[in-house]
Amino acid sequence: MSAPLLQVQGLTKRFGGVAAVNQVSFDLAPGRIVGLIGPNGAGKTTLVNLITGVHRADSGSLQFEGRDVTQQRPFEAACRGLSRTFQIVQPFPRMSVLDNVTAGALFAGKAASPAQARADAMAQLRFVGLQALADRPAASLTLPSRKRLELAKSLAMRPRLLLLDEVNAGLNSAEIGAAIELIRAIAAQGITVLLIEHLMKVVFSLCDDLLVLHHGELIAQGSPQAVAADPKVIEAYLGTKYAERMRA
Amino acid sequence: MKRSMAIFAVFALAVAAVPLAGDNYLLQQATFVAMYCALALSWNLIGGYAGYPSFATAAFVGLGAYAGALLQNAGLPMVAAWVGATLITAAFAALLGYGLLRMKGHYFAVGSISIVEVLRLVASSWAGLTGGGEGLNVPIMPGGPEFAGRVFLYAMWAVMLLAFASAVWVDRSRLGFGLRCIEQNEDAADMVGVPVTRYKTAAFTLSALFCGTVGAISASWVSYIAPTDAFSILLTLKVPVMVLLGGPGSLLGPVIGAASFVLIEQTVWSRFLDYNQAALGLVIVLLIFFLPGGVLGRLRWRAKPAVQPGAAPAAGSAP
Repeated sequence: MSAPLLQVQGLTKRFGGVAAVNQVSFDLAPGRIVGLIGPNGAGKTTLVNLITGVHRADSGSLQFEGRDVTQQRPFEAACRGLSRTFQIVQPFPRMSVLDNVTAGALFAGKAASPAQARADAMAQLRFVGLQALADRPAASLTLPSRKRLELAKSLAMRPRLLLLDEVNAGLNSAEIGAAIELIRAIAAQGITVLLIEHLMKVVFSLCDDLLVLHHGELIAQGSPQAVAADPKVIEAYLGTKYAERMRA
Repeated sequence: MKRSMAIFAVFALAVAAVPLAGDNYLLQQATFVAMYCALALSWNLIGGYAGYPSFATAAFVGLGAYAGALLQNAGLPMVAAWVGATLITAAFAALLGYGLLRMKGHYFAVGSISIVEVLRLVASSWAGLTGGGEGLNVPIMPGGPEFAGRVFLYAMWAVMLLAFASAVWVDRSRLGFGLRCIEQNEDAADMVGVPVTRYKTAAFTLSALFCGTVGAISASWVSYIAPTDAFSILLTLKVPVMVLLGGPGSLLGPVIGAASFVLIEQTVWSRFLDYNQAALGLVIVLLIFFLPGGVLGRLRWRAKPAVQPGAAPAAGSAP
């Protein structure tokens, strides 16, 4: 197995007395799609915030491509190739869809010039299927389109690791099918994907490995089959009925 | 962009041609137009592009005036004193911005206006250096008032050109794009890799740079400065109003705003001598209600109706 892309060691973040993320350690191998699952409030988004510099860890360390990045700030994370989407999408509302993506290409994507960034951005819009809406203000998009915009923006940042925070929440099943194909196509470009997801259908059809968080602690990791059979995971998250269905 | 530059070129030539009319009053007004254009173009970088409502303009103008006056009194040639004052003001803004720009919205606005007051108090208390409330005399330029009038017009005119050139540069550069991102959503800008703190500080420093020059030039122009005139609260309010009047975040907006503001000031306000500050208040209120995007925003809105949210996209509308 090649050297890990991201190494997380003993990462801890407290909010007041609550440890939202507690002593979490794992490695992410390059080129894989990894699912991060767990009940609501388990600390999944906090973990992503720690990895992308939105929060600073109270203790523990982060290494990205062999370099210590525990103290990085969000824009530094973005420029290093750690990009993410938000559960609640954050566009530049009065900019056009194209300009939103251009921002990603120009700054974190390190495009040589604004014109080059615009061309890169158009390519990403085509990739996610938003090219027809390029000139619209971002605020006028529907929710599924906004999620795609968020994805195009993250991709324009030329990430090495892409963290997707519930990109499928609020989508209908046809839209989810399209989103799964899109994530596969992203991974096929060689981008490592860490996916926060509640929909087990998506998790089991897409992920190579799973990480399970519960009360801020990592209670299981491994292949989807192994995790689904883990009694701790069944008790904390999946429920016995679902586990039986998986086994059948 | 090209059209904006052409319109500005015509405007700048017209201002430069004013001395041909041989009217001293007109010459003075043209000098004010050039001065306010330079100030408004500067303010637009932080207030328009980055969306940080700065009320520190008068702090920088006043600092430039005092720095220029002191340098000239120390024996420096006039133009060298102007350059020195510009650099001192920019350095002050860079240090100040690093702290001040941590505040946002109303907090930033109040914080920035307090800089004007603090500097005014320093200028009136530090009598040993600034002459305190009695003010400072600046050497009068030799060559007679008519010659001096032209020199100061062209000096302000040159600053206006420099301010416009820097605005064009910002507008086209990575910095300008980053500032627009910050204006729309600062957290999201951070997330796409915009070095937010550095960019805001750069915009604030650029916005102060030419205010310092303007201050130093006007100190030489009136050849006397005092704390209340140099650090004028009215000036600090006027400049943002001009930009809002013209259209913030654009190249021509500040120019249109400053020129029409001076015009309004002369034609209407001279008839309401006692109430001109009330009239300023009225202009601000009317602007907020009727011209939220300024004159330019209004024109654009007429030319191209805003896209209806949720409307079906036209097939093949992509470029």
